[in-house]
Amino acid sequence: MGRIKAKPEVCMGCHLCEVWCAVAHSKSKHIIKAFLYEDDKPLPRLVVEEKLPLTFALQCRHCAEPDCVTACISGALWKDPESGRVVHDPNQCVGCYSCVLTCPYGNVFINPRKREIIKCDLCAGLDTLYCVSHCPNEALVYEDC
Amino acid sequence: MCNMGDFDYLIIGNSAGTVGCIEGLRSVDKNSTVALVAEEDCHIYSRALIPYYLGGQITRDKMYYRPLDFYDRARVCVFQGHRAVKIDSAVRVVELDNGSRLGYGKLLIATGGKPVFPPIPGLDKQNVFSFHSMPDLMGIEKELAGARSAVVLGGGVIGLMAAEALHKRGIKVHVLELAERLLAPVVDETTSHLVEGALQKAGLALYLNNTIDQVNGTERVESVTLKDGRNIPCDLLIVGVGVAPRVELAEGTGIEVNRGILVDKKMQTSVPGIFACGDCASIYNFVTGVEQNMPLWPNAYLGGRIAGFNMAGIERAFIQGTTMNAMHFFDVNIVNAGINVIGANQGNGLEVIQKHDSDGQTYRKFVLSENGQIKGFILVGQIARAGIFLNLMRRKIDVRAFQLELFKNDFGYADLPETLRWKLLQDDVILGVV
Ligand SMILES: Cc1cc2nc3c(=O)[nH]c(=O)nc-3n(C[C@H](O)[C@H](O)[C@H](O)COP(=O)(O)OP(=O)(O)OC[C@H]3O[C@@H](n4cnc5c(N)ncnc54)[C@H](O)[C@@H]3O)c2cc1C
Ligand code: SF4
Ligand code: SF4
Repeated sequence: MGRIKAKPEVCMGCHLCEVWCAVAHSKSKHIIKAFLYEDDKPLPRLVVEEKLPLTFALQCRHCAEPDCVTACISGALWKDPESGRVVHDPNQCVGCYSCVLTCPYGNVFINPRKREIIKCDLCAGLDTLYCVSHCPNEALVYEDC
Repeated sequence: MCNMGDFDYLIIGNSAGTVGCIEGLRSVDKNSTVALVAEEDCHIYSRALIPYYLGGQITRDKMYYRPLDFYDRARVCVFQGHRAVKIDSAVRVVELDNGSRLGYGKLLIATGGKPVFPPIPGLDKQNVFSFHSMPDLMGIEKELAGARSAVVLGGGVIGLMAAEALHKRGIKVHVLELAERLLAPVVDETTSHLVEGALQKAGLALYLNNTIDQVNGTERVESVTLKDGRNIPCDLLIVGVGVAPRVELAEGTGIEVNRGILVDKKMQTSVPGIFACGDCASIYNFVTGVEQNMPLWPNAYLGGRIAGFNMAGIERAFIQGTTMNAMHFFDVNIVNAGINVIGANQGNGLEVIQKHDSDGQTYRKFVLSENGQIKGFILVGQIARAGIFLNLMRRKIDVRAFQLELFKNDFGYADLPETLRWKLLQDDVILGVV
């Protein structure tokens, strides 16, 4: 199981990882259609931490012993033993936000549209990790560990 | 169906703590025999979802906490619809209510809690319910169709969740609270008042410093007379004054009880080979340093998981537990962890820093120790990234150098001093590339 790591010194703070993360989780997966025409405007599942000049992206660590899974009252979060991903099922989620309270990285995000959370799924079902492959400065890498 | 007999691991209970234990056990031990005894005759569900179901937000199948094939996949024998009535620790046997006996190598007690009924005559009538179990849910659901007015006894977390759920079903709800404010002692006064405001705005009737003097009606409650003499007609009465640990199985076993079943950091009771977790247990609170009953979902699950590891012979300590709540009442989101109300005997050396925004809707408070460690916090309104605070708390970080940053609504790792930030994120970033 690997994780995405940031290289803060080469991050320019362009927020393109956030933009492409949102596209990856849109219906059309098309940057223009997604932002202009989709009813539910796409939302990113990672955050660019910023205290200028410092910037770096941080996304879910898919922890070995995930606190979010421990806290989830509905069973909407679990760690998939095969892929190592910490998976979220929005249909099961009730938006109690226990996971927001317990994720040590602050990487569970409140969906502003409905009582539900959103989080990184390591681009499940897609052929690349969108944040990593679209960073123009290669400030994000995926490392096996 | 499983046969009676001996099992390497036996669990009593069928909820958060039990699942934590099974998942912990099975991640390190695939072959041993595991069985559980469950008094309730249904697949494992989350009682924390009762308000969501009764409020009309989810369907019944969403109440299940794990898929229906969970036990088969984990290869656990389930003795469902039976209560464990006795533990004979000398011969390592648990006796069930039908007289059958199950032997165990290691035992976990995850019996949870039971709702408390105050000593008021008449609380045994047909339309009186606690807010804790599947039978409560089904009983309340039956009453919903004809109910126009409900009384909720208890203005704590569970009482208020019940009140909001019933309100969402179009019922006029009256909340009675004995204390002078809601949610005491879980949250501080400022938060209580914010919640009171939200409930009143929604149209709930609140009665503070008040309780039921008399329950009126024959088979069914028709009205209640309050301590102050007022009378409230009602079709439904919910009792939500608290939950007491179920410790009856400990009697006569030599297992030490301190309100809950006392366990060490490995979740083992005073009788070797017998573990306990969840709402029935008194567990280590890393903030206060003492064992306490902290009946919350994350504590139950993680306590069970850690018990599971230790039962399988892999040493782990439960040192992450404290009081912690994520709550919401109408549109007000609240999270808290550790100490946020400073009682008379806790004041020593604790400092409070807080900020209440001018819009009146966002509130943040941190309780710091003499050496600058966060001992507790409460956030109202803006709760994004709250887990970072819990992490700083668990790691006992001195926050004095950046304490004002804690009030930023978008507080993050970038706001930490450089050395500390990269220490906490050492496995998550790559430095020294330029
Ligand atoms: C309405 C409601 C909302 C809640 N919301 C939240 C929330 O949002 N966040 C949060 O952190 N916590 C919440 N909680 C608390 C949380 O649900 C509990 O902390 C959690 O369920 C505890 O799990 P447990 O495994 O200790 O035991 P329990 O859930 O209490 O289950 C114990 C089980 O053991 C069985 N049992 C007991 N004795 C025996 C016996 N002798 N033989 C066989 N079986 C037995 C019982 O029938 C029961 O099924 C809520 C609770 C309620 C009631
Ligand atoms: S959401 Fe947070 S706690 Fe959960 S796996 Fe990701 S980083 Fe870990
Ligand atoms: S918000 Fe959803 S995913 Fe998070 S703990 Fe609650 S139910 Fe689980």
